[in-house]
Amino acid sequence: MSEFLQQLLNGLSLGAIYALIALGYTMVYGVLRFINFAHADVFMVGAFIGYYMGKLVPENTIWGGLVVLLVAMIGCALLGMLIERLAYRPLRGAATLNVLITAIGVSLLLQYSGQVFFGATPRTFPAVFPSVNFALGNLVISSNQVVVIVVTALLMVGLQLIVYRTRIGTAMRAVSLNPKAAQLVGINNDIVISFTFGLGSALAAAGGILYALNYPSIDPLMGVMPGLKAFVAAVLGGIGNIPGAALGGLLLGIVETFVNGSQWSTYKDAIAFAILIIILLFRPAGLLGKVSAEKV
Amino acid sequence: MKTPALLLLLAAASVLSLSNGLHAAAPIKLGEYASLTGKEAGFGQTSHQGVVLAIEEINAAGGVLGRPLELVYEDNQTKPGESATVVKKLISRDKVVALIGEVSSGRSLEAAPIAQAAKIPMVAPAATNPKVTQTGNYIFRVCFIDPFQGTVMAKFAKEDLKARRVAILSSVSNAYSLGLAKFFKETFIPAGGEVVSEKNFSEGDKDFRAQLTAVKAANVDAVFVPGYYTESALIVRQARDLGLTMPFFGGDGWEDEQLLKIGGEALNGCYYSTHFSAENTDPVVAAFTAKYKARWNNESPGAFSALGYDAVYIIADAIKRAGTTDGPKLRDALAATKDFSGVTGLTTIDKDRNASKPATIIALRDGKAKFHKTVSP
Repeated sequence: MSEFLQQLLNGLSLGAIYALIALGYTMVYGVLRFINFAHADVFMVGAFIGYYMGKLVPENTIWGGLVVLLVAMIGCALLGMLIERLAYRPLRGAATLNVLITAIGVSLLLQYSGQVFFGATPRTFPAVFPSVNFALGNLVISSNQVVVIVVTALLMVGLQLIVYRTRIGTAMRAVSLNPKAAQLVGINNDIVISFTFGLGSALAAAGGILYALNYPSIDPLMGVMPGLKAFVAAVLGGIGNIPGAALGGLLLGIVETFVNGSQWSTYKDAIAFAILIIILLFRPAGLLGKVSAEKV
Repeated sequence: MKTPALLLLLAAASVLSLSNGLHAAAPIKLGEYASLTGKEAGFGQTSHQGVVLAIEEINAAGGVLGRPLELVYEDNQTKPGESATVVKKLISRDKVVALIGEVSSGRSLEAAPIAQAAKIPMVAPAATNPKVTQTGNYIFRVCFIDPFQGTVMAKFAKEDLKARRVAILSSVSNAYSLGLAKFFKETFIPAGGEVVSEKNFSEGDKDFRAQLTAVKAANVDAVFVPGYYTESALIVRQARDLGLTMPFFGGDGWEDEQLLKIGGEALNGCYYSTHFSAENTDPVVAAFTAKYKARWNNESPGAFSALGYDAVYIIADAIKRAGTTDGPKLRDALAATKDFSGVTGLTTIDKDRNASKPATIIALRDGKAKFHKTVSP
């Protein structure tokens, strides 16, 4: 029983990070209908900002950790907006495929510029948050796992409030529903899209810091695998749907953890992805996605 | 009276050009492929520094067959598939006469068939999986092989750690890791040990809590992790977070200073086997350590620096004995290497083109790697 609970906790904290990254994919898809493949590399940049900031603040303090988190989120929000301004805005109105290829290009640009500027060797991420382990019977809870789950939950609630309770959130939903009509009612689409990229990138930065806290070895290609898994999580939950991305991320993290802990650990990714394929066979739009008939 | 003076001048000039002949002679090109960047950059960087030091020394001493050595090196970025590409380039474009590489068995196995087909001798400094030299008669290594390393660590677990129940965590996408796990079991189980839990992970994984939670439930005395340093360090760290206090131990894949940087305090009480220790008091090792530190910014040489260094000297020795850089003749000379004295001990190439060398066991204590003991074959 304690093994089951321990695995559940491990799965939740891994899934929470997938969920944070998945939110960025899903939000951009919601407003622009394309997959921003550079998102996983913004996640990596977030971790590296944290790495450099971590040296400036005192280690093992809560406020130091929060400062690192905040600076990384602001830095990545700016980076996300910059990427959108320079790479995607000139292609507005172009075919989706062109934008998709550009996204892959931006992704590679970030990965390999990262190798030039940060170096290709893995770095050790500093312990920016104080870390202690609590034991509850046989169950060991590390404070980092708690931080991951709590920060993710808070950010998701915040995101939900922004999207449903603010003017800019209303505008985002309007652009997502129908960009042309949104423009007709006086919404500046460029500002909304730029804001969406900033918000998504800030979440990616938070994901990057939390990931690096739990797995303190970071390198410029660290975003590739979590990015891929988060993308799958977003599709699983129903791409374009914010609670769906969260659900997909948690589900993927938990399934992966349980398979890993069983005797089939060799087939970890195979089993996790097979389950996804099966779910998508029965619910093609994802768990929470709405099937929308194409209007002719 | 003018002519003799001119003759003298000409004679002097020819003497000068003779002494300068080393620079005029065409260099002998040696190719090296290594993981200079990427996840296992530590392996490539350390072996490369050893290789460069050896080549500089040989050239300073007059080169080989009156010709200087020229190193042409390529980075495979620790990526699967990349070694094959860069080795093809080294052979066909740079026309190297011999290849040095790699530290990793998996990447050596990618390059070996290409070297074999081109009849260019390849000397792996630290690829320990037996399959590497089984590729063909042009593939050599200057280190011990995993059946020996597995035996050493199985005996160590049984006798020194007094472990009876052991768990193994190995990397499924890594020939070295799977091989070492297999050879460990082949000695450990007949000796009365029990492997109660076997879990796998993949290269590049960061989260091992799931496997470790299962290992914890299996209640073992020690955990064998035949992985590379990046994953192994994270494994031990996460194990300590989950409250696993037993010793973890591994093979030469743990050998890199990054291991301690990532793992830190968590690694106290862990062990690994390797090829060399800079703490060894042997005068040959001490002299090498001093030269290495002077050349490379006061860095201490690791096992792969020493093996890279020895690999170059063994190739240079074979070229001297062969008297040519011709592939088949150089191969025969390499195969005949006997009792070559290097910084990692005596190297004799056996009929399977492997070297048999003592293993060094390193103990990790107080955030430092300490020499524990040497085990002879």
